[in-house]
Amino acid sequence: MPPSTSQAVSLWRRLTDWGATGFAILAAILVLVPLLAIFAYLVIKGVGSVNWAFLTQTPKPPGETGGGMANGIVGTGIILAVASVIGVPLGIGSGIYLAEYGRNRFGDVIRFTADVLNGVPSIVVGITVYSLIVIRQKHFSAFSGGVALGIMMIPTVARATEEMLLMVPNVIREAAYGLGIPKWRTTLSITLRTASAGVITGCMLAFARVAGETAPLLFTAFGNQFWNLKLNQPTAALSLQVYTYAISPYDDWHKQAWAGSLILILLIVGAVAAVRITTSRGMMKGS
Amino acid sequence: MGVGIEVRGLNAWYGKNQSLNSIDMSVPANHVTAVIGPSGCGKSTFVRCLNRMHETIPDARAEGSVKVGEMDVYGSGSDPVDVRRRIGMVFQKPNPFPTMSIFDNVAAGLKLNGFRNRKQLNELVERSLKLAALWEEVKDNLHKKSGASLSGGQQQRLCIARALAVEPEVLLMDEPASALDPISTSKIEELIFQLKQHYTVVIVTHNMQQAARVAELTGFFLMGSLIEYDKTEKIFTTPADKRTEDYVTGRFG
Amino acid sequence: MSDNVDPMNSPGPMEGLPKPVTAMPTLAKIDAGRHGGKPSAALEKIRTSYPGSSRIPDEVFRWIIVLSAVSVFVIVVLVVWELVDKSRLSLHQFGLHFFYGHDWDPNNDSFGAMPFIYGTLVSSFLALLLAVPLSVGVAVYITEMCPQRLRAIISFLVELLAAIPSVIYGLWGIFVLAPLLRDYVEPFLAKTLGWTGLFTGPMYGLGMLAAGIILAIMVVPVIASITREVMTAVPQNQREAVLALGATRWEMIRMGVLRNARIGIVGGVILGLGRALGETMAVTMVIGNRPEVAKSLFAPGYTMASVIANEFTEATGDMYLSALVEIGLALFIVTLIVNALARLLVWSITGGVARPSA
Repeated sequence: MPPSTSQAVSLWRRLTDWGATGFAILAAILVLVPLLAIFAYLVIKGVGSVNWAFLTQTPKPPGETGGGMANGIVGTGIILAVASVIGVPLGIGSGIYLAEYGRNRFGDVIRFTADVLNGVPSIVVGITVYSLIVIRQKHFSAFSGGVALGIMMIPTVARATEEMLLMVPNVIREAAYGLGIPKWRTTLSITLRTASAGVITGCMLAFARVAGETAPLLFTAFGNQFWNLKLNQPTAALSLQVYTYAISPYDDWHKQAWAGSLILILLIVGAVAAVRITTSRGMMKGS
Repeated sequence: MGVGIEVRGLNAWYGKNQSLNSIDMSVPANHVTAVIGPSGCGKSTFVRCLNRMHETIPDARAEGSVKVGEMDVYGSGSDPVDVRRRIGMVFQKPNPFPTMSIFDNVAAGLKLNGFRNRKQLNELVERSLKLAALWEEVKDNLHKKSGASLSGGQQQRLCIARALAVEPEVLLMDEPASALDPISTSKIEELIFQLKQHYTVVIVTHNMQQAARVAELTGFFLMGSLIEYDKTEKIFTTPADKRTEDYVTGRFG
Repeated sequence: MSDNVDPMNSPGPMEGLPKPVTAMPTLAKIDAGRHGGKPSAALEKIRTSYPGSSRIPDEVFRWIIVLSAVSVFVIVVLVVWELVDKSRLSLHQFGLHFFYGHDWDPNNDSFGAMPFIYGTLVSSFLALLLAVPLSVGVAVYITEMCPQRLRAIISFLVELLAAIPSVIYGLWGIFVLAPLLRDYVEPFLAKTLGWTGLFTGPMYGLGMLAAGIILAIMVVPVIASITREVMTAVPQNQREAVLALGATRWEMIRMGVLRNARIGIVGGVILGLGRALGETMAVTMVIGNRPEVAKSLFAPGYTMASVIANEFTEATGDMYLSALVEIGLALFIVTLIVNALARLLVWSITGGVARPSA
C-alpha cells in the first residue's frame, strides 16, 4: 500500500463513522424521551389532583367525583411491611449462607435457585401464593399480598448480601477468629456490619422494585374500597388502585390514577435516590 | 522502505501535568532507535505521540511538530486515522483479537482499508507472517486456530505481522518483549534486526542490554525531557551527560 | 496466691486453660482452604480450639442460616408444585391440544391457548426488534462516545427507566401512547407500509403495536445495562490494537469492542426477552385483550400473562381456573429456560456472577 494523502480514509468509512455516532446519539435520545415524557405527564396530570382530600379519603363509589387513595397509601405500607419482614431476613440469611457457608456444590444449587426465583414472572408468584394461602384461608388478605411481594424481594436481597459479604477481606474474619470470636458472632457483628451499607442498599433496591408491583397483588391482597388495617382482609394498595382507576371509564378516576402514580413514583424514586446517595458517599466498606 | 522521523518541539500533557518537555529528535530511516529511561520518564508517551495514540486518552493532548517522511503528523490537514495506518505499533502485552483466526488477525487492518479480494489478502497475509518470522509455525492453521491460542512469543509476532500488513513506514514498539520469556525475547530481537531493512523502528525499552543489542541509536529520557541522544555505543560507554551515566551504570532507575 | 510458688514444678500460667494453637498457619493456607470451599484444617483448628461455649450457638446460627437458604429452594419447589397441581385438571383434559387450540371458550369449558401464546411471542419479539438496536446504541454511546461528565447522569437515567412500575407504564400507554399511535403513527404506517399486511385494519391505538412499543421501552434498560457491562469488560488494549491499525472510532468499536462482547450482548438480549415474556400489567393495559390471532399489528391481542391477570379472579369453575394455571405453568417454564440460557451466556463473558437486572 503506497503512502497516502489525507483523503485516503475513504469517504465511505468516514460516513459510516459519522452515521454510527449519529445513530448512537439518536438511540440515547429515543430512550430518554419516554422517560422524560412519563415523568412530565406524571407531574402535569398528577400534581393537580394530589390534594388533601386525595391523601386522606377513601374512594367514592364509581361515578361520583372526589374521594382519594388514602387507604391505598396505607395499604401499600402495610403490605410492604409484611413483605419486608419476610423478604429481608430470608434474603439476608440466604446471602450469608451463600457467602460464608455455601462455597460448595449445594451453595451453587441455592444460587441458581435464587436466580430462578428472580426470573419467575410476578403473576406466577401471585398464582402460587393464591394457591398456597388464599385458597386455604378462603379470603384475600394483606398478609398473602405481603408474602407474594416478600418472596419477590428475596433473590435481590440475597444477591446483594452475598456480593457485599464477599467483598469483605478475609483477613478481617481471620482476625476475629484469631481472637477467639465464634463464627456466628464474627459473621453478624463483624463481617455483616462491615458490609452493612451495601446490604442496606440491596434491601432498599428490592423494596423499590416490589413497591410498584401490581400483578402479584391482583389475587392476593385483591384491593379494597374501604379502610382496612387488618392483615387477614383484602386490602387496598396504591398500584392496584391505579390499575383499577386507569382502566375504568371515569374521567375523575383517571385523574386520580395519575395522582396515585405520582405518589407511587415518588416513593420509588425516593428509595432509589437514597440508595445512590448512600453509595456515592463511599459508605461501602470492603476491598 | 522506511522513512525518517523529525520531531521538533514536542510537548505533551495528561490533563494539567506536562509529561514531555519540548523534545527535539531526528530518527534516521531504516535504523533501530531505542528510547530508554526510568519509569515515568515519558518514553512511552513520546512514542505514543508519534502515531497520535496519546490523544486517545481522555484529557491528554500533544503539541509540536512531528514529521514522518513527508507526512506532518500534527499538521492542520492531518487525519489521525491515516497517521495510525502509516505508523505501526506493537504493544507491551501481546493483544491479538481473540475472536478472530490467525488469518483474520493479520488481515484485520487490510479489511479496514478496503481490501476484499481473497487472493490479494492471502498474498499479503503470507507476506506479513513471513516478515514476522511466524509463517512456518502457523501456515497450516491459519483459519482454524484463533489468535489467542498461540504462545506469548507467537502472539507478539502475530501482532507484529498484523501491524506490518498495512505497510506502515515506521514501526513503533512499546517494550515489545517485556512480557515474554527469554527465548521469545531473543526471537523478537532477531526479528527487529531483520525488520530495519524495510522499516524504521523505534523501540521503547527499560532493558538496557536489549537497547545495546538491537539499536544503533539510543535516546535517554528523564522526567519528560530528552537528555541525551547518540549512537548506542556512545551512550553506554562514554555518555556525555552525568545523568545518562548514572542511569546506564545502574545508579538509579 | 502465695509467693512460695516453685517455678520449676508448679503449673504454668497457661495450664488449665485449653491449649491454644501455637503454630500460626499462613494466610495462604487459610485462603486456599477457603477457596476450596471447605474450611482449611488450620481454620478448623482455630475455631475448635476454644471448645464448649461457642459450639452450640455456632451450630444454631448455622442452622438458621442454612434454613433461610433452603427456604429459597422450598419456595421454588412450592411454585412448581402448585402450578403443576392446580393445572392437573386442564393438563389431563386437553393435553397438547391446549397449546395449539384457538378456541378460548369458558362458557363451554373449552380452552385453547394459542391466541395467548401468539400474543406473548409477537409482542415480545416486536419489543426486541425495537429494543435491541436502541439498547446497543445507548450502550455504545454511554461507554464509548459520551463525554465523561455526562456519563453518570445518562446511565442513571437509563436505569431509572427500569424503576418505573409496570402499571405506570400502562397508564401512560393508555392515555399518552395509544392516542399518539391512533392519531399520528398508525395512519402514517398504514399509508406507507400498509401493503405488508402488518399495518391494516381499524386503528384503535391500543393493540399489538402499542404493547410492543411499551415492552420495548421496559426492556431497553435490561439489555443496555448488560451490554454496557460486557463492553466495559473488554480490555483497553483491544481498543488500542484496532486504533493503531488506522481505524475510525466506529471501526474500533465494531472490531475491538462489540466483536469481543457479542456473546454477552446476546445473553443480555435473551434476558430482555425473558423480562418481556413475563411482563403483565403494562401489556394488559394496552394490548386490547382480545383472544385473536391477527396478522396486523394494529389489531388487539392477548398475552399469557394478561389473560391470567384479567380472568383469574373471575374464573368460575375448576376447569377454567385449571386452564389459567396451566397457562401460568407454561409461562413459568418458558421464562425459566430463557433466563437460564441468558445467564449462561452472560457469565461466560463476565466470568462470574452477573448482577441481576433491576
